[in-house]
Amino acid sequence: MEYLAQAYDVAVVGAGHAGIEAALAAARLGVRTVLFTISLDSIGNMPCNPSIGGTAKGHLVREIDALGGEMGRAADAVFLQSRMLNRGKGPAVHSLRVQADRAQYHLYMKEQVENQENLDVKQAEIVDLRLDGQGRVQSVVTSLGAVYPVKAAILATGTYLRGKIFVGESVQESGPDGAHPAKALSAALERLGVPLRRFKTGTPARVSRRSLDFSKLERQDGEEPITPFSFETDPTGLKNQVSCYIAYTNGRTHQVIRENLHRSPLFGGAIEGVGPRYCPSIEDKVVRFPDKPRHQIFVEPMGLYTQEMYLSGMSSSLPEEVQLALYRTIDGFEHLEIMRNAYAIEYDCVDPLALRATLEFKEIPGLYGAGQFNGTSGYEEAAAQGLLAGINAARQVRGQEPVVLERSSSYLGTLVDDLVTKGCSDPYRMMTSRSEYRLVLRQDNADARLTPLGYEIGLISQERYDRFLQKQAEIDRELRRVQSTTIPVSETLNALLVSRGTSPVAAGLKMADLIRRPQISYGDLAPFDPGRPALSAAVTEEVEIQIKYEGYIKKQLAQVSLMHRLEARALPEELDYRAIDGLRLEAREKLEQVRPRNIGQASRVSGVSPADINVLLIYLEQRGQHQGKEQG
Amino acid sequence: MPEHGTIAAISTPLAPGAIGMIRLSGPDAIAIADRLFLPAGPHPLRELPGYRGAFGHVRDGEGTIDEAVVFVYRAPKSYTGEDVVEICCHGGPFLLQRTLRACFAQGAAPAEPGEFTKRAVLHGKMDLTQAEAVMELISAQGRESHRLALAAKEGATFQRIQQVTQELVAIAGHLAAWTDYPEEDMEELSPQTLLPRVQEVRRALQEILRAYDNGQIYRQGVTTAIVGRPNVGKSTLMNLFSGRERSIVTDIPGTTRDVVEESVRLGDLVLHLADTAGIRETADLVEAMGVDRALERMESCQLVLALFDGSQPLGPEDERLLDRLQGRPCVAVINKSDLPSQADEGKISQKIPNMVTISALNQEGMGELEAAIRRVLEVEQVDPQAAVLVNERQRACVQRGELALAQGEEALAAGMTLDAVGVCLDEALEPLLELLGQRATDAVVQEVFSHFCVGK
Repeated sequence: MEYLAQAYDVAVVGAGHAGIEAALAAARLGVRTVLFTISLDSIGNMPCNPSIGGTAKGHLVREIDALGGEMGRAADAVFLQSRMLNRGKGPAVHSLRVQADRAQYHLYMKEQVENQENLDVKQAEIVDLRLDGQGRVQSVVTSLGAVYPVKAAILATGTYLRGKIFVGESVQESGPDGAHPAKALSAALERLGVPLRRFKTGTPARVSRRSLDFSKLERQDGEEPITPFSFETDPTGLKNQVSCYIAYTNGRTHQVIRENLHRSPLFGGAIEGVGPRYCPSIEDKVVRFPDKPRHQIFVEPMGLYTQEMYLSGMSSSLPEEVQLALYRTIDGFEHLEIMRNAYAIEYDCVDPLALRATLEFKEIPGLYGAGQFNGTSGYEEAAAQGLLAGINAARQVRGQEPVVLERSSSYLGTLVDDLVTKGCSDPYRMMTSRSEYRLVLRQDNADARLTPLGYEIGLISQERYDRFLQKQAEIDRELRRVQSTTIPVSETLNALLVSRGTSPVAAGLKMADLIRRPQISYGDLAPFDPGRPALSAAVTEEVEIQIKYEGYIKKQLAQVSLMHRLEARALPEELDYRAIDGLRLEAREKLEQVRPRNIGQASRVSGVSPADINVLLIYLEQRGQHQGKEQG
Repeated sequence: MPEHGTIAAISTPLAPGAIGMIRLSGPDAIAIADRLFLPAGPHPLRELPGYRGAFGHVRDGEGTIDEAVVFVYRAPKSYTGEDVVEICCHGGPFLLQRTLRACFAQGAAPAEPGEFTKRAVLHGKMDLTQAEAVMELISAQGRESHRLALAAKEGATFQRIQQVTQELVAIAGHLAAWTDYPEEDMEELSPQTLLPRVQEVRRALQEILRAYDNGQIYRQGVTTAIVGRPNVGKSTLMNLFSGRERSIVTDIPGTTRDVVEESVRLGDLVLHLADTAGIRETADLVEAMGVDRALERMESCQLVLALFDGSQPLGPEDERLLDRLQGRPCVAVINKSDLPSQADEGKISQKIPNMVTISALNQEGMGELEAAIRRVLEVEQVDPQAAVLVNERQRACVQRGELALAQGEEALAAGMTLDAVGVCLDEALEPLLELLGQRATDAVVQEVFSHFCVGK
């Protein structure tokens, strides 16, 4: 039996990291939003590692924060240990990562969504999606027959869609962490022509802290002072609370794995889904890199009030007793007790080529996809997409233009552009090497890149925006001062220069010219710079990077402006590529499938050559002249 | 990328003796030409108003190249609507190429097929019908340069570029893995370990550039494929041309399974011969690959010599070949005139008008064959300029890569952090991978996962 339930503007299906950001963004932009989850106790769950950030992912979290999303603030509120990775490798790749308290993270997010104005949170399984006569999203239907009329819907189903868990020979229909899977929605989506496919991912065991011998493990502590994720979090008083540990596999571990490979569904062929290249199971690693004598394991606490420890690097789909045997070959793990076993999970997701850069389906107006459903992997990738989908769904409801982020604006823009231009053949993880604009897209300047847009969209408050403008003004002022202030030559200055392995100076030099030397930092020059104002670390870091890397940043900015010109040439949506004679056949087919929104995106489609792009440019010009004539 | 920046190309046919012209178009056209041109009069090019010419000399880093007359057109009053410079000199292919290269060295990029006309259209210099014609032209030239690029891919230089690029991808991949997976235990990267690897790649690129400059790559000549079904005597003909045992000659059909190359001289004419596997349907995997390459080669070369066995009636494979060759620059060669004639010569000459009869075994009919080849090359358009275009584009890509690596070395030597070095490596990879039809970020990400055990 069905009944008509309350109408909403936007429905979000799934309350994981994507769904939360989507629902919060939509509600904060003033549209009536409902967030559905199979279990209220799984909101913001971290079914894999208890950590937020890392290389490129840390960039994403800062971008989410700069645009007015929640993840950064949540991570700051419940982190247990914080580290800035890649410190020695340059500002482009500095990456923030925290260990987070899994239970606290869930509670923080649950509280946020429950208390958000314009947002209702409901425990229900969505089993159907209905369209109106024009093919627009009209309603979503729960397993208990409630029909919710909506103007837009966002699918953020994670690994729940027809989820299937593999442990050795055991196969069970299940969502992550033993949750109830969403079994009916896939069929409904297929009826609507949504191109679904199977991906798989895996997670290692959670083991009891009391069963480990920490004297045999390397300890890894956090770093202080702590840089928070959110540009709004005050760093004073933030403290690390836990340690992580490092263990190593050995020859005996690998032997146990090899002897039991035939019992792994990954190798036995039971799993049809495509797994991520970057997230191999321990059996994958042993098979693919047989010469490696050992593999690292990070032992990470799941929270302050639990004995569960996460074994990062040890995801597996081997039978439970084999898991136990292989873990126990490891130094320090001799008496290890498993609390939750490792497993592989297979799920339905969409081919992202079906999406626009707004994350709306090309063929189904009002329907959006976000997160793992779009073929990605990772909490941060999911949250970033959720935020964008939430913003665009709300803007559509309000009759506003959609927001599209160019590659050169952000890792989020790069992520979405990769998805909708190239598609993905395995779960997509963000990496710094995926961006051609790394030196411009730094984690430290995410606010400068995106906060003005967040303000314009309406997710950044006036108060926060004013603080942002003040920070930018301080940066500019200090940059000018450093460029115009001369440091006189002195014995102490030359002593410093020589001690750092750089050449002494014969005459006074502009402070900026000294900072440009890789061996000299802004901080080093404090004793020679009596007029130096008191500024926050965030401001002086910006000044230092902008001076030190000026040449390289300029190089990348030149590429950015080149790409902007190509991206300014819009390609009409209704263009029939099959009818453009000059295009090669392969280019016609690819362009027809991707339907790029501009020439820049078209140039990134595989199989499209520079000659094809020229043909397109001429075609556009010719078309413009045609239309000009018709109008004139 | 198209439509900004300044482009240059040789705009006249590359025939010895005539006057040759190089055209530059774009915002820096006048500045670039100004740096190359030493005027005989008092006024440098940059001071000339539009629609004026000047006499003088063009030069590059090594000295004077040639006398030249240079015309300056200022935007928007020019063919393309941009600043345009036309450098007219004494037309020899070598001097023209050297001048063109000097333009590239000063910052011009090689023009894409039809790009001058494209720019003219985009600047409103042509009407709608002309624009349609240009689309046709670009598309045809795109196909032509695609065909030539395909041919170039089999060359030794291209393969060397590919090798060097692979090494650079490996370095960039290591850097990326080391950056994106900071906590994995992998070989550490330091400026000290990175520098020699980068230097080695750069040296290899410099060698390739030298090879171009020494003219090894610009051996003029006509790429020629010898095709035909198995055992018609292709290898015997090839050997006859080249004067030594090169292809394996036996009478088991399907002996030649790959493309064999040889350059031979026919009077003043140079043919780059490729003897190909016999074209037939085959179940043998290795042979099937050979047949694929033969067909590919047939598409990509400037002249086809199609061999038929005169002692046997035409088979279905012969007929298919005839169909494929119709309209291509081709000579039909009927071999085995030493044996009684069985083939339907009328049918062959219907599809391929240039037909000769020879006996490869007895070396008879070679004079007629040479005459027929000349006839075809005279009538058909063989476009050596297009080949040069492909080569110049390759060279420009290699040069851009070399320049970026030089900056990478500089960054390493100065002690910059590796993210800055990575920017230079990416910049070097972009043009090199462009030649292989790949994108740098994709290739590097692929490399990370295929060679490093990373991720958890």
